Amino acid sequence: MDSALIWEMVIKSLVLILALLTGFAYLTYYERRGLARIQSRVGPNRAGPAGLLQPIADAVKLIFKEEFTPGQAYKVIFILAPIITVIPAILITATVPWGGTVTIGGREVMLGIADINIGVLYIMSVASIAVYGVVLAGWASNNKYAMMGGLRSTAQMISYELALGLSFVGVILLANSMRMTEIVEAQRGLWFAFLQPVGAVVFFFATLAELNRGPFDMPEAEQELSAGYNVEYSGMKFALFFMAEYTKMVSISAIIATLFWGGYRGPFIDTMPGLGPLYMFIKIFFILFMMIWVRASWPRIRYDRLMDLGWKILLPLSLSLVFINATGILLNQMWLIPLLSIGAGFLAIQAINLSLRRKENAR
Amino acid sequence: MGSQTPWVYVGIFVLVGLFIPIAAIAIATFLGPKKPNAIKQSTYECGIETVGDSWIQFKAQYYIFALVFLIFDVETVFLFPWAVSLNSLGIFAVFEGIIFILILLAGLIYAWKKGMLEWA
Repeated sequence: MDSALIWEMVIKSLVLILALLTGFAYLTYYERRGLARIQSRVGPNRAGPAGLLQPIADAVKLIFKEEFTPGQAYKVIFILAPIITVIPAILITATVPWGGTVTIGGREVMLGIADINIGVLYIMSVASIAVYGVVLAGWASNNKYAMMGGLRSTAQMISYELALGLSFVGVILLANSMRMTEIVEAQRGLWFAFLQPVGAVVFFFATLAELNRGPFDMPEAEQELSAGYNVEYSGMKFALFFMAEYTKMVSISAIIATLFWGGYRGPFIDTMPGLGPLYMFIKIFFILFMMIWVRASWPRIRYDRLMDLGWKILLPLSLSLVFINATGILLNQMWLIPLLSIGAGFLAIQAINLSLRRKENAR
Repeated sequence: MGSQTPWVYVGIFVLVGLFIPIAAIAIATFLGPKKPNAIKQSTYECGIETVGDSWIQFKAQYYIFALVFLIFDVETVFLFPWAVSLNSLGIFAVFEGIIFILILLAGLIYAWKKGMLEWA
């Protein structure tokens, strides 16, 4: 391997990481403005034109904040935990293709870090590491709120990881490959979100729970736990937790776009491969808006119902979707897949309805 | 190099990615003020004194959920290679996969009936 290739990789990594960090900074602005609009407020509009410099102002403030470690905390893990939380959020994007191969200055450059043949498995394993940061932060803080927040968060993340993993299996079945570029190529005719609509919905909810976002933001339920696992963190360390959450939102939106919404594919992509990142940006933008919209519209659900939804609804549903996909492919009748999965989705909604009914009939 | 090359790229990406949070913490450590005192460093609990240790015994249900999770997560990972090569597998291997899922489904139903999945 020549040194030019290594420099190319370093530059690509830096560009992707800087893009993710800019995405994180402006996602906070996007979310605050979006939430404000939904709640008929204005949102941040003082720093710069239309408040566009607000993320920079926040960053400068957080750098110059005093950060202190509580005396009771387990120091080493207390400092390591935010780092362990941020790293998987960045690394998870390594296998996402951002476009086809373009020619820059006579070099063939693939838009993406690495096209490994087990891309989906890589994403699943890196996503699992994120649990450690949260549970270690909760434990090392030596604070009861943080401890409860960390535990809740762990239980929630592992419960929804099952539905997430089984939705991955559905996509692998349809694409016949674990390589992300081949998954994108397999959606040349029809996006998997249309072929397997219920799978896309299950995946979206499972990722919301993985991200600890509303309506599944139990670990940081302000009313019960004040702030959850990050209650003792201040200054830059708190900012790193924040950064992890929002960077992960961007990364996971990119993964949702790749797995279900055609990835970098769009009109004219075959003649102009440079359009790939633009299409990815548009898709990520819409998926992020869905996440903000969900947070603004739904109240937080109760913890036992959260676990019930994960284990009793989403897990059997995603297992049955794997069956449906396998049946459709083996019989070579692709039209069966959306039909049967929508049927399964309706059954799941009925089950949710039944479970929400009062157990003891009061009247 | 061959099939290992993409992993070298991932390695470079990991190294560059490691740099970001460490640099952020280092910069803030140098620039931020430091004026610790005993009250500031005490454990936060809405203004009241903490009683006892916070590394307490917690609900055993967390442990049971972790056990059930382990089984199904490993199942999912076993399903990945099966899903990739579904088309090239013979009908025998396909049914083997389905029987594997059914056995674990029976496990889920057993755990459900035993009340392992009840939170309250």
